Amino acid sequence: MSVILTLTQTAMELGLICALCVLALFLSYSMLNVCDLSTDGCFTLGAVVGASVAISGHPFLAIPASMFAGMCSGLVTAFLQTKIGIDSLLSGIIVNTGLYSINIAIMNGSSLLNMNKTTTIFTIFKEAFPFLSKYATLVISLFFVAIVILFLIIFLSTRLGLAIRATGDNHDMVKSSSINPMFTTIIGLCIANMFTGLSGCLLAQSQKFVDINIGQGMVTVALASLLIGRTLISKGSIGKKALGVVLGSIIFRLVYTIALRFNMPAFMLKLVSAIIVILAIGIPNIKKQWPIFIRKYKYNRGKTC
Amino acid sequence: MLTIKQISKTFNPGTINEKKVLSNFSLHLEPCEFVTIIGSNGAGKSTLFNAISGSFLTDAGSIILDKQDITFLAQHKRSKYIGHLYQDPNKGTAPNMTILENLALAAGNGGWLSHISKEDKIKFINVLSQLNLGLEHRLNQSVGLLSGGQRQALALLMATYNPPKLLLLDEHTAALDPQTAKQVLDLTDKIVKKNNITTLMITHNMQDALSLGTRTIMMDNGNMILDVKGEERNKLTVDDLIFQFKLKSGQNLSNDRILLTK
Repeated sequence: MSVILTLTQTAMELGLICALCVLALFLSYSMLNVCDLSTDGCFTLGAVVGASVAISGHPFLAIPASMFAGMCSGLVTAFLQTKIGIDSLLSGIIVNTGLYSINIAIMNGSSLLNMNKTTTIFTIFKEAFPFLSKYATLVISLFFVAIVILFLIIFLSTRLGLAIRATGDNHDMVKSSSINPMFTTIIGLCIANMFTGLSGCLLAQSQKFVDINIGQGMVTVALASLLIGRTLISKGSIGKKALGVVLGSIIFRLVYTIALRFNMPAFMLKLVSAIIVILAIGIPNIKKQWPIFIRKYKYNRGKTC
Repeated sequence: MLTIKQISKTFNPGTINEKKVLSNFSLHLEPCEFVTIIGSNGAGKSTLFNAISGSFLTDAGSIILDKQDITFLAQHKRSKYIGHLYQDPNKGTAPNMTILENLALAAGNGGWLSHISKEDKIKFINVLSQLNLGLEHRLNQSVGLLSGGQRQALALLMATYNPPKLLLLDEHTAALDPQTAKQVLDLTDKIVKKNNITTLMITHNMQDALSLGTRTIMMDNGNMILDVKGEERNKLTVDDLIFQFKLKSGQNLSNDRILLTK
């Protein structure tokens, strides 16, 4: 029983931390309709910056620092696709590639950072509230998820937020109304990547360890979570949808944890997330074509008889 | 109000697909003029609208709107003064956002971080109730749930919420059924008259072209071949228009979409 509880807790912790990254995609992918492939690199950037600043003795400063780093990465991605005219998918990939070098440079040429003896916000929390020490990661990640959801609810109903949603919903309309779609895309991507950076920072601080591959495949994992969440809650207010997305992230980690219990090797995670994304995007399409497929089959069989 | 001086536009210059759509086209509109534009396919009507609204820059000439030179002004900056409605009702509204949110975007008052205020909401309800479509009770529904006619009516409302200096209507009723088209057209007339908006309207309905507005121009091959207003226009019939077209362009009106309703 206690094993199950521990596993569930680990899944929830990881799910909540990654939920921040999923919420970032919720903004860029669902709202702005931009598939931001720089997510992997940006997540690593957040983790690396957060870890470096924490190691230098400023665990709290690590949070705004990683968010700022994420924002800068988003700014570059947005700049490439709006001002330079590079395709949005390609600009994400380019930034992702560039960030690999930058991330290693931030780690002083090494490809991993160990934070075993570093004070992190999690160790500080454990010292301040000893009775909650078992749930430190859970409480802190829940706190950040709540703040980000609250921010999204408020921000997306402001005029700027509406403009960002309209940019993703009907690009033509935004172009012929007095909103500059370049501006909304830049703001949207900056904010989304800020959350991605934060997500990376929290993961680094909680697992006390960063390597250059920490964010690899993150975009697929986050997309899988996002799509699971969207299937759960497809209608309703922004807040409801955001909650669904967080739930999706937790469910994804739970499923993954269960799979691990059944002796699935850890390296299968990426394949599982890839398959989930394929299914989530593919099933509605297949469902649509299924009746025609059946009809065709029956039609052809009738002809040969 | 609007002065277009000798604008030209060639698409795909230097290729086999080169197409000269507008050549030395000039047009002057007085304030509050309501001009209907007719012409066969490929006459350059929509290109003229896109040149004015700024979805591309012209190769030559200048465009001046209310004493301001907008020849090189970016599209989103022009759209502060220009309302543009398209044939496709889906183009003017955001389908996954609510009616309220769409209107709030169109109203565009307040700072970037301001929320929709109660006063705004009351104003929106008032404006919506003018439509007599019951939309004022559906503020929180997605626009995607509305019919084509309702969406176009809403788009019209949004384009004129802050009365623009110039309203461009690009066959905005062509995709609607006749009944709805008439409603939207009546609404257009009402709004334009009430706010004294200078308007350009492309139509394929010859009767509408004559009965609505104050002036009618006919385009062919990127040129203006007929320009009538006042007494002369009042006497004009649909048959006259067709005859004039034959006379000026040397060909029959080869356009199956033109409605010869009398």
